Amino acid sequence: MIRVQQEDFDVAAEIARLKAGRSDIGAIVTFTGTVRDQAGAITEMTLEHYPGMTERELTRLEAQANARWPLQASLIVHRTGTLRPGDNIVLVVTASEHRDAAFDAARFLMDYLKTSAPLWKQETGPHGSHWVEAEPDDESARASWQQKRAAE
Amino acid sequence: MRLLYFAWVKEKTGIAAEDVELPAGVATVGEVIGWLKTRGPEFAHAFERAEVIRAAIDQNHVRHDARIGAAREIAFFPPVTGG
Repeated sequence: MIRVQQEDFDVAAEIARLKAGRSDIGAIVTFTGTVRDQAGAITEMTLEHYPGMTERELTRLEAQANARWPLQASLIVHRTGTLRPGDNIVLVVTASEHRDAAFDAARFLMDYLKTSAPLWKQETGPHGSHWVEAEPDDESARASWQQKRAAE
Repeated sequence: MRLLYFAWVKEKTGIAAEDVELPAGVATVGEVIGWLKTRGPEFAHAFERAEVIRAAIDQNHVRHDARIGAAREIAFFPPVTGG
């Protein structure tokens, strides 16, 4: 399941919902991305997105992860709007029988999300606002999954 | 054809969305960018470094050589920075 929302999320509540009524899950991995203040340089972070396409991309990525690993459940939640240091930005939860699939799929989802979900961060600090630049490392993280796939 | 702009592309063009009639002969995303650059200083500035601009046709990522075909919506934006 995927959700794009302004509201915060509660990691424990999301896990509880995902597990509700089932006892076949053996491993749950969660990743939470949060806003850093970068030593006082950031007072606010605004996330803009492309409504419609964001949901579409996240759904596509989730389907890819489910096709590649034996997941029993998965969830991606991404927040938009104005956030403050310490606030949650993104949540990925993956559940499987064994830990390897859950760990790998969670990382895969984050690596792909960072380079394909149409979201943009604008940081505001004491000296004004600027759009965050894409990290070349994010692109290599994604490319490494394609190499792994090719090697399989 | 509906054109959408996001993040600093939107800030530089000064608009988030518009409906346009593309000139005859504009067949690819790259050609749309080439045409947009002729539409005034804001557009010339926004698309100055055309190679860094990403595009989506009907909400699917595409490269600049993608053909527009029967697209309803084309979006232009910087490399994404979510997550």
